[in-house]
Amino acid sequence: MAGLKPLKAIPNGAFAYVTKVNTAGLTRRRLLDLGLVPGTRVEVVRRSPMGDPIAVKIRGAIIALRAEESGLVMVRE
Amino acid sequence: MEFSTPLRRLVATAEEVAGRNQEKIRDSIVKSIYLTAENIAHATACPKVEKSIDWDRKIDDILTSPVWGFPIMFAMLAVVFWVTITGANYPSEVLATGLFWLEDRLTDLFTAMQAPGWLHGLLVCGVYRSLAWVVSVMLPPMAIFFPLFTLLEDAGYLPRIAFNLDCFFKKAGTHGKQALTMCMGFGCNAAGVIACRIIESPRERLIATLTNNFVPCNGRFPTLIALATIFVGGSVALSLRSMVATLTVTGLVVFGIAVTLFVSWLLAKTLLKGELSLFALELPPYRIPKVGQVIVRSVFDRTLFVLARAVLVAAPAGGIIWLFANIPVGEMSLLATFAGWLDPFARHLGLDGFILLAFILGLPANEIVLPILIMAYVSGGALMELDSLAALRHLLVDQHGWTWLTALCTMIFSLCHWPCGTTLFTIRREQRSWRWTIIAAVIPTVIGCGVCLLLNYLVRGLGLI
Repeated sequence: MAGLKPLKAIPNGAFAYVTKVNTAGLTRRRLLDLGLVPGTRVEVVRRSPMGDPIAVKIRGAIIALRAEESGLVMVRE
Repeated sequence: MEFSTPLRRLVATAEEVAGRNQEKIRDSIVKSIYLTAENIAHATACPKVEKSIDWDRKIDDILTSPVWGFPIMFAMLAVVFWVTITGANYPSEVLATGLFWLEDRLTDLFTAMQAPGWLHGLLVCGVYRSLAWVVSVMLPPMAIFFPLFTLLEDAGYLPRIAFNLDCFFKKAGTHGKQALTMCMGFGCNAAGVIACRIIESPRERLIATLTNNFVPCNGRFPTLIALATIFVGGSVALSLRSMVATLTVTGLVVFGIAVTLFVSWLLAKTLLKGELSLFALELPPYRIPKVGQVIVRSVFDRTLFVLARAVLVAAPAGGIIWLFANIPVGEMSLLATFAGWLDPFARHLGLDGFILLAFILGLPANEIVLPILIMAYVSGGALMELDSLAALRHLLVDQHGWTWLTALCTMIFSLCHWPCGTTLFTIRREQRSWRWTIIAAVIPTVIGCGVCLLLNYLVRGLGLI
């Protein structure tokens, strides 16, 4: 699919839509529970001073995610 | 076997839900929950009109910026210590003067009643003096530190600390929320150990529990502050004294954080190997703290709670130590005899027998380490009236040969030694394991001995002293 990127590749201040969560089991459930269901509009708000974790605005809440997790979430800009 | 129609339908559904399509079904359940929630929210709540300035974002731009994030964090730490150190000075003196005035009146009372000398010694010189010491030394810093800290907590700054520092914890193989449990440890390590519940992965929770003691708690701050003021601050001009003391204490805390990360990394590589668990930390919006609530909560829930605990321990401990210091064994008191046994070993660590003994007897609560040390040092075996730091300096330097190295080793040993009894008890309760409780006591002790030994021989070997 064209334009599909991991969430961690999105620059600060940009929006994207969740299309896929590339994992299974407990991690998948935890990510979905955070509201990262396909179709959700997310915004990468900022990066921590060392570049990781990133802060993502999901449905009004700002959640910090490490590269390990934000690399699993595929988004379309 | 033939199923009836409704049962057959049920079995088919069960296969669908639990079988190969399990993931798909779960996804659709979560999706529909969010969809329903969204619809309800749209129908009932009206979104706030977009503000022209998003203050949260502006504040976060500064507090978590690549350039300013770390300096601001350490500056805040230093400011909190500085306010605590300078602010506590005067009330401490007033309290000490008042409490020791009361002691003289108590002595008058005992004399008037013609009470025996040992009863006066035990109750007034032992129990009351330890209490007076603990209250006058501990209450003012706590009454300043706890509200300041609750203020930062209430404003929502602590999750930002975890956000800034997470990459270090990730490299150490642990969870970023460990930074939050360490923040709680500044107040009280037992509270810090309980706070480790916020870390879901048992492996990472255990690492945070075992290393919480490397953050100096409120029972140890007064010792660090007093020694830093006397030995480091004492060598500079009066106006700079509290500033230099602040920098020393901040430096010790940074050292403690470095040790925490190192030990966490070591544990994650050896005893507690495992996968990193999922990291998701909410950065809640900032709030203007409710000052009244902050004061009430920090004074009643924390300050008085911690003080009450210290007082409950200090009273009987004061009496027992007085007995130890006054029961003669041959030529010397019991306390001096014990100290004599410990002395050869303690000298290797840059300490002396009395200092090590004070740490051992201070196991019930770190607050009483300095009072015990003073009681042990003062001839006659009772805590003397040390109404000023100058008197304490005279006692330590002129009478017992302390150098800056002794002070530094004592401060490092205070930072790295076995946790207090309450903390150990809490670790036992939280982890339900004697093994990990013992390991929690052994790790910091070994590190403390190692660092002090190295420092002592390095400084002496280089002829710096």
